[in-house]
Amino acid sequence: MKYSYFPGCTLKTKAQELEKYALRSAEVLGFELEEQIEWQCCGAVYPLATDEIATKLSSVRTLASAKENGNKLVTLCSACHHVIKRVNEDMKTDKSTRDKVNNYLNISEDYKGEVEVLHYLEVLRDEIGFDELAKLVKNPLTGRKIGAYYGCLLLRPDKVMGFDDPENPSTIEEFIKALGATPVKYPYRTECCGGYLSLDNKDKAANMASSILLSASKHEANEIVTACPLCKYNLEINELKSKVTVTYFTELLAEALGVK
Amino acid sequence: MARIGVFVCWCGSNIAATVDVKEVAKEAAKMSGVVLSTDYQYMCSEIGQNLLRNAIKKEKLDRVVVAACSPRMHEVTFRKAAELAGLNPYLVEIANIREHCSWVHKNKDEATEKAIALVRAAVAKVTLNQELIPGEIGIEKRALVIGGGIAGIQTALDIADAGYMVDVIEKTPSIGGKMAQIDKTFPTLDCSACILTPKMVDASMHPNINLHTYSEVEKVSGYVGNFEVTINKKARSVIIEKCSGCGVCIEKCPSRKTKSEFEEGLVNRKAIYTPFPQAVPNVPVIDREACIKFKTGKCGICKKVCTAEAIDFEQEDTKIIQKYGAIVVSTGYDLIDLAKFGEYAYGEDPDVITSLEFERITNAAGPTAGKLLRPSNNEKPEKVVFIQCVGSRDKTCRGKTYCSKICCMYTAKHAMLIKEKYPDIEVHVFYIDVRTPGKNFDEFQRRAVEEYGVNYIKGMVGKVFPDGDKLRVYGVDALSGDTIEIDADLVVLAAATKAKEDAEELGRKLSISTDTNNFFTEAHPKLRPVETHSAGIYLAGACQGPKDIPETVAQASAAASKAIILLSKSKLINNPCVAKVDETICCGCLECTNICPYEAIASTIIEYRDHGKMIKKLVSEVNEALCQGCGGCTVTCRPGAIDLKGFSNKQILAEVDALCF
Repeated sequence: MKYSYFPGCTLKTKAQELEKYALRSAEVLGFELEEQIEWQCCGAVYPLATDEIATKLSSVRTLASAKENGNKLVTLCSACHHVIKRVNEDMKTDKSTRDKVNNYLNISEDYKGEVEVLHYLEVLRDEIGFDELAKLVKNPLTGRKIGAYYGCLLLRPDKVMGFDDPENPSTIEEFIKALGATPVKYPYRTECCGGYLSLDNKDKAANMASSILLSASKHEANEIVTACPLCKYNLEINELKSKVTVTYFTELLAEALGVK
Repeated sequence: MARIGVFVCWCGSNIAATVDVKEVAKEAAKMSGVVLSTDYQYMCSEIGQNLLRNAIKKEKLDRVVVAACSPRMHEVTFRKAAELAGLNPYLVEIANIREHCSWVHKNKDEATEKAIALVRAAVAKVTLNQELIPGEIGIEKRALVIGGGIAGIQTALDIADAGYMVDVIEKTPSIGGKMAQIDKTFPTLDCSACILTPKMVDASMHPNINLHTYSEVEKVSGYVGNFEVTINKKARSVIIEKCSGCGVCIEKCPSRKTKSEFEEGLVNRKAIYTPFPQAVPNVPVIDREACIKFKTGKCGICKKVCTAEAIDFEQEDTKIIQKYGAIVVSTGYDLIDLAKFGEYAYGEDPDVITSLEFERITNAAGPTAGKLLRPSNNEKPEKVVFIQCVGSRDKTCRGKTYCSKICCMYTAKHAMLIKEKYPDIEVHVFYIDVRTPGKNFDEFQRRAVEEYGVNYIKGMVGKVFPDGDKLRVYGVDALSGDTIEIDADLVVLAAATKAKEDAEELGRKLSISTDTNNFFTEAHPKLRPVETHSAGIYLAGACQGPKDIPETVAQASAAASKAIILLSKSKLINNPCVAKVDETICCGCLECTNICPYEAIASTIIEYRDHGKMIKKLVSEVNEALCQGCGGCTVTCRPGAIDLKGFSNKQILAEVDALCF
């Protein structure tokens, strides 16, 4: 199976591990991630102003390019996934945005939200299947207690993202289980990491990140995994105080598949 | 030539504001056969009805059209008025210019034009109307009550006291329903069991009441006055007549892994059990899915210890077929499943409970003997948080859009019960609005705040984090805008009420409708609140919508009186608008017998003389007592041999022609 793949800027700079291990694992799992030619910024933040189209344009270019190649579009970074998926939904359901964007971009064929946008985790869950994944595991992570950290961008708004139950998700836990480790459910696994508050209100962000790490450690998780570079950044600043290590889910995957 | 009178109603401003009634009357006067056309403010009032009656006599009218509201509303009224003036009531037609016209249009010119067209259609139809004489049918003097909660018990007692036989069907092993689980009742705080259990005993002792517990409705056929109901009595595995209710079998039963339904899953029960000690009848049942004897063949201890020899493992489900004149549905409600409300950690943490679980915990007969203890560690909580509107007034797919109506009051009650027993426990209540209409209700809630010091916070809870030994509750105070964190020991969720899971299925069996939330629909929200659209079937209690106990009991007595009115009649007037077969045209294909939902059409062989020879022919035959006049057969009939009296093909086509005028 071949997918169009949108990496996003962070994966080429601060979050190289997220991408590196994803690509290696994909090879083992037998699917191809074809990096899009000339991909641009996803838009970084989904605009909440209803008449805003400028920051949606680059996502639409990415989507239109995947459509041209006839592929589903796979993302890795939670933030990119969030923006592209929501813009795709707008193009599918909001006529005004669709008309404006298509007029502006002047692409050969109007884009109407045809492409299916999948997060890498959704590929594992829905296209490959966690049962199948479990069979391909070479080094089962037996005995390791790992907490899933979802953050907000993968889950909300749940009607659009359709990833999992936003209040009580289970996808990453099932993923951890498939790799042979013991998933630890802790109450703060869907709480906010502090997001961009770490730029102008460091104390507040630190508080928020700390309570997540503390909650995980209270429930006896030794490590937690995430799919979001910003979450990882915020959690890592506080990592030292807690003893809980933070890694990308792809590192865990590569390790279990024997390609780390 | 017909002499038709047309009466155009203003319905106050309901019609007159959108339709030029004078113009309608003027135009109607020009229609063929119309000898009188007039308008009046309220045709349904006494003056309006007199106007109609006098006109029939004075102008020698032989047909009448009333242009007014829906025939559902006042067709009966005007037919009665016409009958009093000596006219056959089926020579009256209604032109619905309110629901079908004035209420749905804004432009007066267009609405007036449409109203004139509707009157023209009614005039065309009434011209072809013929006198119809209704038949009479007998009534089975026995009522069926479906559901044995407080609504069903009250209904049964009232009907039985009026001298009629009543059968009560209850799905669970005992009557009593939700009220039996409740500790105290608002607004008087009297003990629920003390006021309910005597009624349960009354019901079981009443010579006119027959209880079928552990039973369900399987099939309903027939019609008002003559329903035929098949009841499935599930195998109890205990012979009711022999059992003395000693309870030794329950005590000795080794299977103890099933969660007690009555105790809301807080404790386990045995495989042979009575739901609660005051159960009526006080006869246990064997839960065959949990019973070791039924699962493995080994055990049978209950049978060995039963000195009355009441245990019968071979018992089978039995079917009872019984005729009833009236049916009352009182199947009650349930609480919604909270699995979709992950933010409150219900199911994740044992100290997050529903209000019904709280009722059991605070109940002296409950698993903690009325001591307020946390389910996790059996210790007394220091802080309790109540969260209201969990799934009520919730427009998302998780919850229900309606207000569950009872939660504000029972939450105030719960808060007070805690403060009464343990003044040192801190009690917080998160609410959207406090809704306490009802006699002495608002005073009751205010007592919780003013006398007992319960902390009411206007705002919602965002999340409950199980945090070690505590439950950290994150909420917002919407009045100050502050976020609030409370380290609670117990969180009580006022889960929304919902219709019973099988309400729709039961509705189909009874041919009564349910609304978008699966509550049974009353015939009219204001004027016929306990009747359904199916004659002879009535509603009582929360199966019709969320209700508290006082309202439920009031509605139960209302439903009972409706049933009594029906049963007290010697004969019922039949609807004469039934199907009629023209035997000369009928080809005997009997397609009509397949389509008829009331099994009202059968076949018969007729003999007739043709060119001197006697010929036998198979034709269909309509049982007029069973026919409900739905008209399904008339469109199925290929040779066009069936017509519906009062709605003949000719009449309908005349209406269509008039509309296309």
